[in-house]
Amino acid sequence: MKRKKRIATVSLAGCFGCHMSLLDMDEHILELMELAEFDRSPLTDFKTFSRRCDIGVIEGGCCNEENVHTLQEFRKHCDVLVAVGQCAIMGGLPVMRNAIMHSEDPLRECLEEAYSSSAKVYNPNNQIPNDAALPLLLDKVYTCAEVVKIDYQIPGCPPTGEVLWATLAALIKGEPAPQEYHMIKYD
Amino acid sequence: MDNDNATLIKQACADYDNDPRRMMDILWQVQDKLRCIDGEAMSLIASLTGTYRVEVEGVVSFYAFFSDKRKGDITIRLCDDIIDRHAGAQAVAEAFSGALGIQPGETSTDGAFSLEFTPCIGMCDQAPAALINDVVVTRLTPAKVKSILRTLRKTKDPQTLIGKTGDGANSDPLVQAMVRNNIRQPGPVLLTDVDPEQGLRAALQLSPQEVISHIEESLLRGRGGAGFPTGRKWRLAANTPAEERYVICNADEGEPGTFKDRVLLTEKPDLLFSGMTIAAYAVGARHGILYLRGEYRYLRAYLEETLQRRREQNLLGSGILGRKDFAFDIRIQMGAGAYICGEESSLISSCEGKRGEPKNRPPFPVQSGYLGYPTVVNNVETLSCVPRIMAQGATWFRGMGTTGSSGTKLLSVSGDCARPGIYEVAFGVTLAEILEQAGAQDAAAIVVGGASGQIVGRTEFHRRLCFEDLASAGAIVCFNSSRNILEAAAYYMDFFIEESCGYCTPCRVGNVFLKKGLEKIMHGEGEPEDLDYLRNLSDTIIATSRCGLGHTSPNPILSTMEYFPLVYSAMVKERPGGMQAGFNIQKALDEARIIAKRRSLIYDPAYGDRE
Ligand SMILES: Cc1cc2nc3c(=O)[nH]c(=O)nc-3n(C[C@H](O)[C@H](O)[C@H](O)COP(=O)(O)O)c2cc1C
Ligand code: SF4
Ligand code: SF4
Ligand code: FES
Repeated sequence: MKRKKRIATVSLAGCFGCHMSLLDMDEHILELMELAEFDRSPLTDFKTFSRRCDIGVIEGGCCNEENVHTLQEFRKHCDVLVAVGQCAIMGGLPVMRNAIMHSEDPLRECLEEAYSSSAKVYNPNNQIPNDAALPLLLDKVYTCAEVVKIDYQIPGCPPTGEVLWATLAALIKGEPAPQEYHMIKYD
Repeated sequence: MDNDNATLIKQACADYDNDPRRMMDILWQVQDKLRCIDGEAMSLIASLTGTYRVEVEGVVSFYAFFSDKRKGDITIRLCDDIIDRHAGAQAVAEAFSGALGIQPGETSTDGAFSLEFTPCIGMCDQAPAALINDVVVTRLTPAKVKSILRTLRKTKDPQTLIGKTGDGANSDPLVQAMVRNNIRQPGPVLLTDVDPEQGLRAALQLSPQEVISHIEESLLRGRGGAGFPTGRKWRLAANTPAEERYVICNADEGEPGTFKDRVLLTEKPDLLFSGMTIAAYAVGARHGILYLRGEYRYLRAYLEETLQRRREQNLLGSGILGRKDFAFDIRIQMGAGAYICGEESSLISSCEGKRGEPKNRPPFPVQSGYLGYPTVVNNVETLSCVPRIMAQGATWFRGMGTTGSSGTKLLSVSGDCARPGIYEVAFGVTLAEILEQAGAQDAAAIVVGGASGQIVGRTEFHRRLCFEDLASAGAIVCFNSSRNILEAAAYYMDFFIEESCGYCTPCRVGNVFLKKGLEKIMHGEGEPEDLDYLRNLSDTIIATSRCGLGHTSPNPILSTMEYFPLVYSAMVKERPGGMQAGFNIQKALDEARIIAKRRSLIYDPAYGDRE
């Protein structure tokens, strides 16, 4: 019998919606478990790779150094990387901060807007979170493909469980990805 | 707004009958007088012309020569094209910056000077060049900058910078420019001494239909770049039923590296106007427009006077040369610094007082052009050929050039060569022959046709300049072997990014991504697959853009990839490991390190050791 494919997944600067969607494949998850096993992933709660993996599934883009580091680890430990969802592919909601581009100091402006200067914020000491345990933020949000090479992208916010299942199953079996209209039409 | 300014604005609008279709002229007048068109001015203009402020603002923001912020009394626009850079424009820019204490894009605090960069101003054979208000200064050096500023500070009048005037009509009292024609090789059709009216007289002996047939038989094709058969264009316009028809001469000449129309406008304005008149007679037009690029405003008074003289000579107006049934006149429409306005439908939008955005086609201008009327738009050089064809015959004209490209072509030669300037040659001449004539023996790369054309290498120097082979509007920019070909391609991409009208996403955004992709390669971070990316993205931009700008903007990259494959393959390399070489984590963290006042636990390895 062929060995099961090993899949790793991670949520970087995402909302975990894509992972929720992964679970949304419902009982297909049982079929998936026939074909593959999960290694490092929030689904297994493995925090590190136990072995080299065949497929790495990435949710979210990179907004801080930890995201970059994790993504680079994924690239090193996975044969194929699949970017899943708008955040991973285009930056998604977090990338909106890149719109602050005509500033001398865009990151500072962004933090001030978020934590002190905005009208709806109550923060009398104007404190901006800066615990030593917090990873440093990047100057702007980077898409996954800007940091490492990405082999496949599954668009959607999030892509449906059906698309994720069908695409992963096809990838594992070495078949072309499904392209039925209803699967990639979102409105 | 103070009363004086309001009066000036009211006057400007009144001068053009408060007609919103003359918005370009109104805005020019206000910009000239107030040095800006600010919000209040826009509101006032809108209410006087019966349009909306947002319409006015749309026009103001579209054109480089209009500004909502106050410009200096003296605005210096320095050409920053690659040709000028090779000729030392950087040092010139630094000299201006240093002496004025402002950077390009800024205005001095006393409001006396503004400094700006601008794309090609049509003086490529005398680079580095600049516009100082309307006055052209050429062959600049840091030393000349000093004396220019000394004079300007004293006289406050750029015209006083002109000592020795250029050759030919550049020294006409109404031109008074230091510009040189640099006609290196005159030819039998355009740059020759002939009676410019002979063709018009001959044409008026024939019926309009016969004139069109004549032009068709001559196989004259458009000189503006696309090479559309002129006779056919005229016939289409003539056959479209309409109460009015228009003839527009495209003198926008914005293609970087092209300056031949400038020389025709200077030396042969009568030939051109005679050609426009013949076109008007042929298609049945009573009105003509010469769309003159803003950069050539120094020629305006001279051209206006030429038109006035022609009216007095009964070559314009009603009953031209005794033909009672034929009336035609020409007005000059000034452009205001927008390359896209050279595209014929944008040019028409601009003449209508709008943003210079291309229109959907069909309908084509010959069906529905200026104000909805059938309109013939032809290049300066095309129209200037017309009287010669009418005078000498279609067979004579066809006798020059190649089967598919009859007649002669004006070439604008510039860059690394001993004899830059204008060459009138028969179509079909090889690139090598031209380079020989121009003294560009050490040329390693040639831009044929400017930014939208092809950058070719030595392997292509045998190719012929004609519509069947290397088609172009005639720009020949020479680069010697010391020049960086990718830098030139990158400059041209910047040009397109700046000049895209922004209507279609593939052009507005795609060109930015093309440039980024090229930069990645130039920084040595590229991989072979990046070349495929550039090719694919180029194909998408070409296939999905609305107008010719987007159809040609990838050319600098596509042609350098085709003709200089070794340059690219030397710059890209496979990078195992899957990391993107272009991503620099240290740079990405710099700002956060400063804000957080700490170092990275992951990417500053010494962190743990030192604490
Ligand atoms: C972006 C763009 C810029 C152009 N610029 C010019 C120009 O400066 N002068 C010109 O004559 N034609 C220019 N053209 C071509 C015109 O659209 C049009 O084809 C030409 O004026 C027709 O005249 P012709 O048939 O006599 O060449 C441009 C086209 C495009 C797409
Ligand atoms: S793509 Fe949508 S669902 Fe997925 S992480 Fe981003 S925001 Fe959440
Ligand atoms: S191709 Fe470019 S210049 Fe032409 S209409 Fe589209 S955005 Fe404007
Ligand atoms: S004037 Fe500078 S390139 Fe044409």
